[in-house]
Amino acid sequence: MSQLGAFFWQRRADILALTGQHVLLVAVAAAIAVAIGVPLGVALARRPALARPVLGFANAVQAIPSLALFGFLIPVPLIGGIGARTAIVALVVYSLLPILRNTYAGIRGVDPAVVEAATGLGMTPNERLRLVELPLAFPVVLAGIRVAVVVGVGLATIAAAIGAGGLGVLIYRGVATVDHRLILAGAVPAAALALAFDFGLSAVEKRLGPRR
Amino acid sequence: MAAPILEYVGIRKGFGAQRAALDGFSLTIVEGETVALVGPSGCGKTTALKLANRLLDADAGAVRIFGQPAGEHDPVSLRRRIGYVIQEGGLLPHWTVRENVETVPRLLGWPEGRRRARAAELLTIVGLAPEEFAERRPASLSGGQRQRVGVARALAAGPSLVLMDEPFGALDPIARRSMQKEFLRWNARWEAAVLLVTHDLREAFLLADRVAVLEGGRVRQVGSREELMRSPADDFVREFVSEFAS
Repeated sequence: MSQLGAFFWQRRADILALTGQHVLLVAVAAAIAVAIGVPLGVALARRPALARPVLGFANAVQAIPSLALFGFLIPVPLIGGIGARTAIVALVVYSLLPILRNTYAGIRGVDPAVVEAATGLGMTPNERLRLVELPLAFPVVLAGIRVAVVVGVGLATIAAAIGAGGLGVLIYRGVATVDHRLILAGAVPAAALALAFDFGLSAVEKRLGPRR
Repeated sequence: MAAPILEYVGIRKGFGAQRAALDGFSLTIVEGETVALVGPSGCGKTTALKLANRLLDADAGAVRIFGQPAGEHDPVSLRRRIGYVIQEGGLLPHWTVRENVETVPRLLGWPEGRRRARAAELLTIVGLAPEEFAERRPASLSGGQRQRVGVARALAAGPSLVLMDEPFGALDPIARRSMQKEFLRWNARWEAAVLLVTHDLREAFLLADRVAVLEGGRVRQVGSREELMRSPADDFVREFVSEFAS
Protein backbone atom coordinates (compact mmCIF):
# COMPACT_ATOMS: atom_id res chain seq x y z
CA MET A 1 0.00 0.00 0.00
CA SER A 2 2.71 2.45 0.95
CA GLN A 3 4.49 1.28 -2.16
CA LEU A 4 1.47 2.29 -4.20
CA GLY A 5 1.39 5.61 -2.39
CA ALA A 6 5.02 6.18 -3.29
CA PHE A 7 4.26 5.32 -6.90
CA PHE A 8 1.36 7.81 -7.00
CA TRP A 9 3.60 10.46 -5.41
CA GLN A 10 6.27 9.86 -7.97
CA ARG A 11 3.70 10.27 -10.77
CA ARG A 12 1.86 13.15 -9.13
CA ALA A 13 2.54 15.66 -11.90
CA ASP A 14 1.13 13.30 -14.52
CA ILE A 15 -1.86 12.34 -12.41
CA LEU A 16 -2.68 15.96 -11.61
CA ALA A 17 -2.43 17.10 -15.22
CA LEU A 18 -4.60 14.22 -16.46
CA THR A 19 -7.13 14.77 -13.65
CA GLY A 20 -7.37 18.37 -14.78
CA GLN A 21 -8.06 17.26 -18.37
CA HIS A 22 -10.60 14.77 -17.08
CA VAL A 23 -12.49 17.37 -15.05
CA LEU A 24 -12.48 19.71 -18.02
CA LEU A 25 -13.89 17.03 -20.36
CA VAL A 26 -16.69 16.16 -17.94
CA ALA A 27 -17.48 19.74 -16.96
CA VAL A 28 -17.64 21.05 -20.53
CA ALA A 29 -19.77 18.10 -21.62
CA ALA A 30 -22.11 18.49 -18.63
CA ALA A 31 -22.49 22.23 -19.24
CA ILE A 32 -23.40 21.63 -22.89
CA ALA A 33 -25.77 18.80 -21.95
CA VAL A 34 -27.53 21.05 -19.41
CA ALA A 35 -27.75 23.87 -21.95
CA ILE A 36 -29.44 21.52 -24.42
CA GLY A 37 -31.24 19.12 -22.11
CA VAL A 38 -33.04 21.50 -19.75
CA PRO A 39 -34.66 23.69 -22.44
CA LEU A 40 -35.51 20.60 -24.48
CA GLY A 41 -37.01 18.90 -21.41
CA VAL A 42 -39.12 22.00 -20.74
CA ALA A 43 -40.26 22.05 -24.37
CA LEU A 44 -41.23 18.36 -24.17
CA ALA A 45 -43.18 18.98 -20.96
CA ARG A 46 -45.17 21.59 -22.90
CA ARG A 47 -45.84 19.13 -25.74
CA PRO A 48 -46.19 15.68 -24.18
CA ALA A 49 -47.12 14.15 -27.55
CA LEU A 50 -43.50 14.70 -28.64
CA ALA A 51 -42.05 13.36 -25.40
CA ARG A 52 -42.40 9.67 -26.21
CA PRO A 53 -40.53 9.66 -29.54
CA VAL A 54 -37.84 12.08 -28.37
CA LEU A 55 -37.16 10.28 -25.08
CA GLY A 56 -37.27 6.96 -26.94
CA PHE A 57 -34.67 8.22 -29.39
CA ALA A 58 -32.44 9.50 -26.57
CA ASN A 59 -32.80 6.13 -24.88
CA ALA A 60 -31.78 4.27 -28.03
CA VAL A 61 -28.70 6.47 -28.48
CA GLN A 62 -27.76 5.74 -24.89
CA ALA A 63 -27.78 2.02 -25.71
CA ILE A 64 -24.92 2.36 -28.24
CA PRO A 65 -21.79 0.91 -26.62
CA SER A 66 -19.66 3.86 -25.63
CA LEU A 67 -16.43 2.72 -27.24
CA ALA A 68 -18.31 2.19 -30.51
CA LEU A 69 -19.86 5.66 -30.31
CA PHE A 70 -16.42 7.21 -29.84
CA GLY A 71 -15.26 5.27 -32.87
CA PHE A 72 -18.26 6.20 -35.00
CA LEU A 73 -17.70 9.89 -34.29
CA ILE A 74 -14.08 9.97 -35.47
CA PRO A 75 -14.87 10.20 -39.23
CA VAL A 76 -17.77 12.65 -38.77
CA PRO A 77 -16.86 16.12 -40.08
CA LEU A 78 -16.96 19.13 -37.73
CA ILE A 79 -17.76 17.21 -34.55
CA GLY A 80 -15.47 14.24 -35.18
CA GLY A 81 -11.76 13.64 -35.46
CA ILE A 82 -9.18 12.60 -32.93
CA GLY A 83 -9.12 14.50 -29.66
CA ALA A 84 -11.09 16.20 -26.94
CA ARG A 85 -13.80 17.65 -29.20
CA THR A 86 -15.03 14.24 -30.27
CA ALA A 87 -14.91 12.96 -26.71
CA ILE A 88 -16.98 15.92 -25.50
CA VAL A 89 -19.59 15.30 -28.21
CA ALA A 90 -19.89 11.67 -27.14
CA LEU A 91 -20.10 12.61 -23.46
CA VAL A 92 -22.83 15.16 -24.24
CA VAL A 93 -24.80 12.46 -26.06
CA TYR A 94 -24.66 10.21 -23.00
CA SER A 95 -25.30 13.00 -20.46
CA LEU A 96 -28.29 14.30 -22.36
CA LEU A 97 -30.74 11.52 -21.58
CA PRO A 98 -30.75 11.69 -17.77
CA ILE A 99 -30.94 15.49 -17.85
CA LEU A 100 -33.65 15.54 -20.51
CA ARG A 101 -35.70 12.82 -18.85
CA ASN A 102 -35.47 14.33 -15.39
CA THR A 103 -36.32 17.84 -16.59
CA TYR A 104 -39.36 16.47 -18.39
CA ALA A 105 -40.42 14.36 -15.39
CA GLY A 106 -39.69 17.19 -12.95
CA ILE A 107 -41.84 19.73 -14.79
CA ARG A 108 -44.63 17.24 -15.43
CA GLY A 109 -44.49 16.24 -11.77
CA VAL A 110 -45.37 19.71 -10.47
CA ASP A 111 -48.79 19.52 -8.80
CA PRO A 112 -51.40 20.57 -11.43
CA ALA A 113 -53.28 22.46 -8.72
CA VAL A 114 -50.19 24.59 -8.08
CA VAL A 115 -49.80 25.25 -11.82
CA GLU A 116 -53.43 26.28 -12.09
CA ALA A 117 -53.10 28.51 -9.03
CA ALA A 118 -50.11 30.24 -10.62
CA THR A 119 -52.06 30.73 -13.84
CA GLY A 120 -55.14 31.94 -12.01
CA LEU A 121 -53.09 34.56 -10.16
CA GLY A 122 -52.05 36.05 -13.51
CA MET A 123 -48.64 34.59 -14.28
CA THR A 124 -47.66 34.43 -17.94
CA PRO A 125 -46.42 30.99 -19.08
CA ASN A 126 -42.83 32.27 -18.80
CA GLU A 127 -43.33 33.64 -15.30
CA ARG A 128 -44.93 30.37 -14.29
CA LEU A 129 -41.95 28.45 -15.63
CA ARG A 130 -39.36 30.70 -14.00
CA LEU A 131 -41.10 31.30 -10.66
CA VAL A 132 -42.96 28.04 -10.09
CA GLU A 133 -42.26 25.09 -12.35
CA LEU A 134 -38.46 25.22 -12.58
CA PRO A 135 -37.92 25.90 -8.85
CA LEU A 136 -40.26 23.05 -7.91
CA ALA A 137 -38.71 20.70 -10.49
CA PHE A 138 -35.19 21.73 -9.48
CA PRO A 139 -34.35 18.77 -7.18
CA VAL A 140 -35.40 16.32 -9.90
CA VAL A 141 -33.45 18.18 -12.59
CA LEU A 142 -30.38 18.31 -10.36
CA ALA A 143 -30.66 14.57 -9.67
CA GLY A 144 -30.51 14.05 -13.44
CA ILE A 145 -27.42 16.24 -13.68
CA ARG A 146 -25.79 14.24 -10.87
CA VAL A 147 -26.40 10.98 -12.71
CA ALA A 148 -25.09 12.50 -15.93
CA VAL A 149 -21.90 13.77 -14.27
CA VAL A 150 -21.13 10.60 -12.34
CA VAL A 151 -21.66 8.46 -15.44
CA GLY A 152 -19.67 11.02 -17.43
CA VAL A 153 -16.63 10.70 -15.14
CA GLY A 154 -16.53 6.95 -15.81
CA LEU A 155 -17.18 7.28 -19.53
CA ALA A 156 -14.53 9.94 -19.94
CA THR A 157 -11.85 7.36 -19.12
CA ILE A 158 -12.68 5.73 -22.45
CA ALA A 159 -12.08 9.05 -24.21
CA ALA A 160 -8.35 8.35 -23.91
CA ALA A 161 -8.86 5.71 -26.61
CA ILE A 162 -9.46 8.47 -29.17
CA GLY A 163 -6.71 10.71 -27.91
CA ALA A 164 -8.79 13.02 -25.74
CA GLY A 165 -6.55 12.69 -22.69
CA GLY A 166 -7.85 12.39 -19.16
CA LEU A 167 -7.24 9.72 -16.55
CA GLY A 168 -8.02 7.00 -19.10
CA VAL A 169 -4.52 7.59 -20.47
CA LEU A 170 -3.00 6.03 -17.35
CA ILE A 171 -5.47 3.15 -17.40
CA TYR A 172 -4.77 2.32 -21.06
CA ARG A 173 -1.05 2.59 -20.50
CA GLY A 174 -1.35 0.29 -17.46
CA VAL A 175 -3.42 -2.25 -19.39
CA ALA A 176 -0.95 -2.21 -22.29
CA THR A 177 2.05 -2.75 -20.03
CA VAL A 178 0.21 -5.01 -17.54
CA ASP A 179 1.08 -2.55 -14.77
CA HIS A 180 -1.53 -2.59 -12.02
CA ARG A 181 -0.04 0.44 -10.37
CA LEU A 182 -0.58 2.51 -13.51
CA ILE A 183 -4.17 1.27 -13.87
CA LEU A 184 -4.84 2.27 -10.28
CA ALA A 185 -3.15 5.63 -10.82
CA GLY A 186 -5.93 6.34 -13.34
CA ALA A 187 -8.81 4.45 -11.72
CA VAL A 188 -8.48 5.68 -8.13
CA PRO A 189 -8.53 9.41 -8.98
CA ALA A 190 -11.39 8.78 -11.45
CA ALA A 191 -13.47 7.06 -8.77
CA ALA A 192 -12.60 9.81 -6.30
CA LEU A 193 -13.68 12.40 -8.86
CA ALA A 194 -17.03 10.68 -9.38
CA LEU A 195 -17.65 10.62 -5.63
CA ALA A 196 -16.52 14.23 -5.25
CA PHE A 197 -18.86 15.44 -8.00
CA ASP A 198 -21.72 13.43 -6.50
CA PHE A 199 -21.07 14.84 -3.05
CA GLY A 200 -20.64 18.38 -4.32
CA LEU A 201 -23.88 18.32 -6.32
CA SER A 202 -25.82 16.84 -3.42
CA ALA A 203 -24.50 19.69 -1.26
CA VAL A 204 -25.76 22.13 -3.90
CA GLU A 205 -29.11 20.39 -3.84
CA LYS A 206 -29.38 20.69 -0.06
CA ARG A 207 -28.40 24.33 -0.15
CA LEU A 208 -30.57 25.51 -3.01
CA GLY A 209 -33.42 23.02 -3.03
CA PRO A 210 -36.80 24.31 -1.93
CA ARG A 211 -37.38 23.58 1.74
CA ARG A 212 -40.77 22.01 2.04
CA MET B 1 -78.66 50.15 -8.55
CA ALA B 2 -74.94 49.43 -8.50
CA ALA B 3 -73.19 48.69 -11.78
CA PRO B 4 -72.78 45.06 -12.84
CA ILE B 5 -69.21 43.85 -12.44
CA LEU B 6 -69.66 40.31 -13.75
CA GLU B 7 -72.45 39.09 -16.02
CA TYR B 8 -73.14 35.69 -17.48
CA VAL B 9 -75.74 35.50 -20.24
CA GLY B 10 -76.92 32.17 -21.66
CA ILE B 11 -73.62 30.39 -21.12
CA ARG B 12 -72.96 26.96 -22.50
CA LYS B 13 -69.75 25.16 -21.60
CA GLY B 14 -69.07 21.48 -22.15
CA PHE B 15 -66.09 19.19 -21.76
CA GLY B 16 -65.74 16.63 -24.52
CA ALA B 17 -68.59 14.20 -24.97
CA GLN B 18 -70.05 14.63 -21.50
CA ARG B 19 -73.25 16.51 -20.83
CA ALA B 20 -72.48 20.25 -20.79
CA ALA B 21 -71.33 21.48 -17.37
CA LEU B 22 -73.18 24.74 -17.96
CA ASP B 23 -76.17 25.13 -20.27
CA GLY B 24 -78.24 28.29 -20.29
CA PHE B 25 -76.39 29.71 -17.29
CA SER B 26 -77.14 33.36 -16.55
CA LEU B 27 -76.20 35.42 -13.50
CA THR B 28 -75.25 39.02 -12.72
CA ILE B 29 -73.04 40.19 -9.86
CA VAL B 30 -73.01 43.92 -9.08
CA GLU B 31 -70.31 46.01 -7.43
CA GLY B 32 -69.67 45.22 -3.79
CA GLU B 33 -72.16 42.38 -3.34
CA THR B 34 -71.44 38.80 -2.32
CA VAL B 35 -73.17 36.13 -4.37
CA ALA B 36 -72.94 32.45 -3.47
CA LEU B 37 -73.27 29.71 -6.07
CA VAL B 38 -74.66 26.58 -4.47
CA GLY B 39 -75.72 23.23 -5.81
CA PRO B 40 -74.92 19.54 -5.82
CA SER B 41 -71.40 18.51 -6.79
CA GLY B 42 -70.91 18.40 -10.54
CA CYS B 43 -73.50 21.11 -11.16
CA GLY B 44 -70.97 23.41 -12.84
CA LYS B 45 -70.15 25.80 -9.96
CA THR B 46 -66.39 25.75 -10.40
CA THR B 47 -66.75 25.92 -14.19
CA ALA B 48 -68.74 29.13 -13.81
CA LEU B 49 -66.05 30.59 -11.58
CA LYS B 50 -63.26 29.79 -14.01
CA LEU B 51 -65.11 31.53 -16.85
CA ALA B 52 -64.78 34.77 -14.88
CA ASN B 53 -60.97 34.79 -14.90
CA ARG B 54 -60.68 33.09 -18.27
CA LEU B 55 -59.15 29.88 -17.00
CA LEU B 56 -61.96 28.61 -19.23
CA ASP B 57 -63.81 30.20 -22.13
CA ALA B 58 -67.49 29.64 -22.85
CA ASP B 59 -68.63 27.61 -25.88
CA ALA B 60 -71.66 29.86 -26.31
CA GLY B 61 -73.22 32.84 -24.57
CA ALA B 62 -71.58 35.99 -23.25
CA VAL B 63 -69.48 36.70 -20.18
CA ARG B 64 -68.94 40.39 -19.43
CA ILE B 65 -66.32 41.33 -16.85
CA PHE B 66 -65.86 44.92 -15.67
CA GLY B 67 -68.35 45.86 -18.39
CA GLN B 68 -66.32 44.37 -21.21
CA PRO B 69 -66.77 41.04 -23.07
CA ALA B 70 -64.48 38.36 -21.61
CA GLY B 71 -62.83 37.77 -24.99
CA GLU B 72 -61.63 41.38 -25.14
CA HIS B 73 -59.67 41.05 -21.91
CA ASP B 74 -56.08 39.90 -21.98
CA PRO B 75 -56.30 36.81 -19.72
CA VAL B 76 -53.10 37.61 -17.81
CA SER B 77 -53.91 41.22 -16.93
CA LEU B 78 -57.54 40.28 -16.24
CA ARG B 79 -56.44 37.68 -13.68
CA ARG B 80 -54.23 40.21 -11.94
CA ARG B 81 -57.30 42.40 -11.42
CA ILE B 82 -59.38 39.57 -9.94
CA GLY B 83 -58.73 37.99 -6.55
CA TYR B 84 -58.78 34.20 -6.66
CA VAL B 85 -59.11 31.99 -3.60
CA ILE B 86 -58.58 28.36 -4.45
CA GLN B 87 -59.71 25.20 -2.71
CA GLU B 88 -57.23 24.17 -0.01
CA GLY B 89 -55.48 27.53 -0.44
CA GLY B 90 -53.47 26.62 -3.56
CA LEU B 91 -50.34 28.21 -2.07
CA LEU B 92 -46.99 27.96 -3.83
CA PRO B 93 -45.14 25.44 -1.63
CA HIS B 94 -41.63 26.78 -2.23
CA TRP B 95 -42.47 30.34 -1.21
CA THR B 96 -42.88 31.84 2.24
CA VAL B 97 -46.22 33.14 3.43
CA ARG B 98 -45.07 36.70 2.66
CA GLU B 99 -43.91 35.79 -0.85
CA ASN B 100 -47.23 34.06 -1.49
CA VAL B 101 -49.21 37.09 -0.39
CA GLU B 102 -46.99 39.35 -2.50
CA THR B 103 -47.51 37.28 -5.66
CA VAL B 104 -49.83 39.58 -7.61
CA PRO B 105 -48.22 42.86 -6.47
CA ARG B 106 -44.90 41.37 -7.56
CA LEU B 107 -46.29 40.44 -10.98
CA LEU B 108 -47.64 43.98 -11.24
CA GLY B 109 -44.18 45.34 -10.49
CA TRP B 110 -44.89 47.09 -7.18
CA PRO B 111 -41.70 48.27 -5.44
CA GLU B 112 -40.57 46.00 -2.63
CA GLY B 113 -41.34 48.37 0.25
CA ARG B 114 -44.93 48.79 -0.86
CA ARG B 115 -45.33 45.03 -1.36
CA ARG B 116 -44.03 44.26 2.10
CA ALA B 117 -46.21 46.82 3.79
CA ARG B 118 -49.24 45.51 1.94
CA ALA B 119 -48.48 41.88 2.82
CA ALA B 120 -48.06 42.77 6.51
CA GLU B 121 -51.33 44.70 6.46
CA LEU B 122 -53.25 41.81 4.89
CA LEU B 123 -51.74 39.14 7.12
CA THR B 124 -52.85 41.20 10.10
CA ILE B 125 -56.38 41.48 8.67
CA VAL B 126 -56.67 37.70 8.27
CA GLY B 127 -55.41 37.18 11.81
CA LEU B 128 -51.87 35.96 11.14
CA ALA B 129 -49.32 38.12 12.98
CA PRO B 130 -46.72 39.01 10.30
CA GLU B 131 -43.76 38.78 12.69
CA GLU B 132 -44.74 35.20 13.47
CA PHE B 133 -45.99 33.95 10.10
CA ALA B 134 -44.45 36.00 7.27
CA GLU B 135 -41.31 33.90 6.83
CA ARG B 136 -42.90 30.48 7.36
CA ARG B 137 -43.64 28.09 4.55
CA PRO B 138 -47.09 26.71 3.73
CA ALA B 139 -46.14 23.17 4.81
CA SER B 140 -45.68 24.38 8.40
CA LEU B 141 -49.18 25.88 8.61
CA SER B 142 -52.49 24.33 9.60
CA GLY B 143 -55.26 24.01 6.99
CA GLY B 144 -57.05 27.03 8.41
CA GLN B 145 -53.90 29.15 8.38
CA ARG B 146 -53.23 28.20 4.76
CA GLN B 147 -56.73 29.25 3.79
CA ARG B 148 -56.19 32.59 5.53
CA VAL B 149 -53.00 33.10 3.53
CA GLY B 150 -54.98 32.22 0.39
CA VAL B 151 -57.51 34.96 1.23
CA ALA B 152 -54.76 37.50 1.99
CA ARG B 153 -53.09 36.67 -1.32
CA ALA B 154 -56.33 37.13 -3.26
CA LEU B 155 -56.82 40.60 -1.76
CA ALA B 156 -53.21 41.79 -2.05
CA ALA B 157 -53.60 43.97 -5.12
CA GLY B 158 -56.95 45.40 -4.04
CA PRO B 159 -59.20 43.66 -6.59
CA SER B 160 -62.77 44.86 -7.10
CA LEU B 161 -63.87 41.28 -7.81
CA VAL B 162 -62.89 38.21 -5.79
CA LEU B 163 -63.61 34.61 -6.81
CA MET B 164 -63.67 32.04 -4.01
CA ASP B 165 -63.82 28.32 -4.76
CA GLU B 166 -64.87 26.40 -1.64
CA PRO B 167 -62.57 28.66 0.38
CA PHE B 168 -63.33 26.96 3.67
CA GLY B 169 -64.08 23.52 2.27
CA ALA B 170 -61.05 21.71 3.62
CA LEU B 171 -61.58 22.81 7.22
CA ASP B 172 -63.06 20.97 10.18
CA PRO B 173 -66.46 22.32 11.32
CA ILE B 174 -65.06 24.44 14.15
CA ALA B 175 -62.34 26.11 12.06
CA ARG B 176 -64.87 26.55 9.31
CA ARG B 177 -67.31 28.34 11.60
CA SER B 178 -64.66 30.76 12.81
CA MET B 179 -63.40 31.45 9.26
CA GLN B 180 -66.96 32.19 8.18
CA LYS B 181 -67.38 34.70 10.99
CA GLU B 182 -64.10 36.32 10.07
CA PHE B 183 -65.05 36.43 6.41
CA LEU B 184 -68.01 38.62 7.37
CA ARG B 185 -65.68 40.91 9.29
CA TRP B 186 -63.16 41.17 6.41
CA ASN B 187 -65.89 41.51 3.85
CA ALA B 188 -67.17 44.61 5.62
CA ARG B 189 -63.71 46.17 5.24
CA TRP B 190 -62.95 45.48 1.61
CA GLU B 191 -65.28 46.80 -1.04
CA ALA B 192 -64.94 44.01 -3.57
CA ALA B 193 -67.71 41.99 -5.14
CA VAL B 194 -67.39 38.33 -4.21
CA LEU B 195 -68.50 35.28 -6.15
CA LEU B 196 -68.36 32.38 -3.74
CA VAL B 197 -68.72 28.73 -4.71
CA THR B 198 -69.83 26.36 -1.99
CA HIS B 199 -71.76 23.14 -1.61
CA ASP B 200 -72.83 24.20 1.87
CA LEU B 201 -76.16 26.03 1.88
CA ARG B 202 -75.72 27.15 5.48
CA GLU B 203 -72.44 28.81 4.51
CA ALA B 204 -74.08 30.43 1.48
CA PHE B 205 -76.92 31.94 3.52
CA LEU B 206 -74.51 33.12 6.20
CA LEU B 207 -72.00 34.82 3.91
CA ALA B 208 -73.83 35.98 0.81
CA ASP B 209 -76.23 38.81 0.01
CA ARG B 210 -77.82 36.64 -2.66
CA VAL B 211 -77.68 32.91 -3.26
CA ALA B 212 -77.89 31.31 -6.71
CA VAL B 213 -79.08 27.70 -6.73
CA LEU B 214 -77.46 25.85 -9.60
CA GLU B 215 -78.61 22.54 -11.01
CA GLY B 216 -78.25 20.84 -14.38
CA GLY B 217 -75.94 23.59 -15.62
CA ARG B 218 -78.31 26.52 -15.04
CA VAL B 219 -79.41 28.82 -12.27
CA ARG B 220 -82.78 27.67 -10.93
CA GLN B 221 -83.26 30.68 -8.71
CA VAL B 222 -81.35 33.64 -7.29
CA GLY B 223 -82.41 35.38 -4.13
CA SER B 224 -81.98 36.08 -0.47
CA ARG B 225 -82.56 33.38 2.10
CA GLU B 226 -86.10 34.60 2.70
CA GLU B 227 -86.97 34.64 -0.99
CA LEU B 228 -85.66 31.15 -1.57
CA MET B 229 -87.38 29.75 1.51
CA ARG B 230 -90.70 31.56 1.06
CA SER B 231 -91.19 31.22 -2.67
CA PRO B 232 -88.97 28.59 -4.27
CA ALA B 233 -89.11 28.76 -8.06
CA ASP B 234 -89.46 25.02 -8.61
CA ASP B 235 -89.40 21.64 -6.90
CA PHE B 236 -85.63 21.35 -7.04
CA VAL B 237 -85.13 24.62 -5.17
CA ARG B 238 -87.87 23.72 -2.65
CA GLU B 239 -86.19 20.38 -2.03
CA PHE B 240 -82.74 21.92 -1.84
CA VAL B 241 -83.58 24.62 0.70
CA SER B 242 -85.86 22.34 2.69
CA GLU B 243 -82.81 20.41 3.83
CA PHE B 244 -81.64 23.63 5.40
CA ALA B 245 -84.97 24.33 7.14
CA SER B 246 -85.09 20.95 8.81
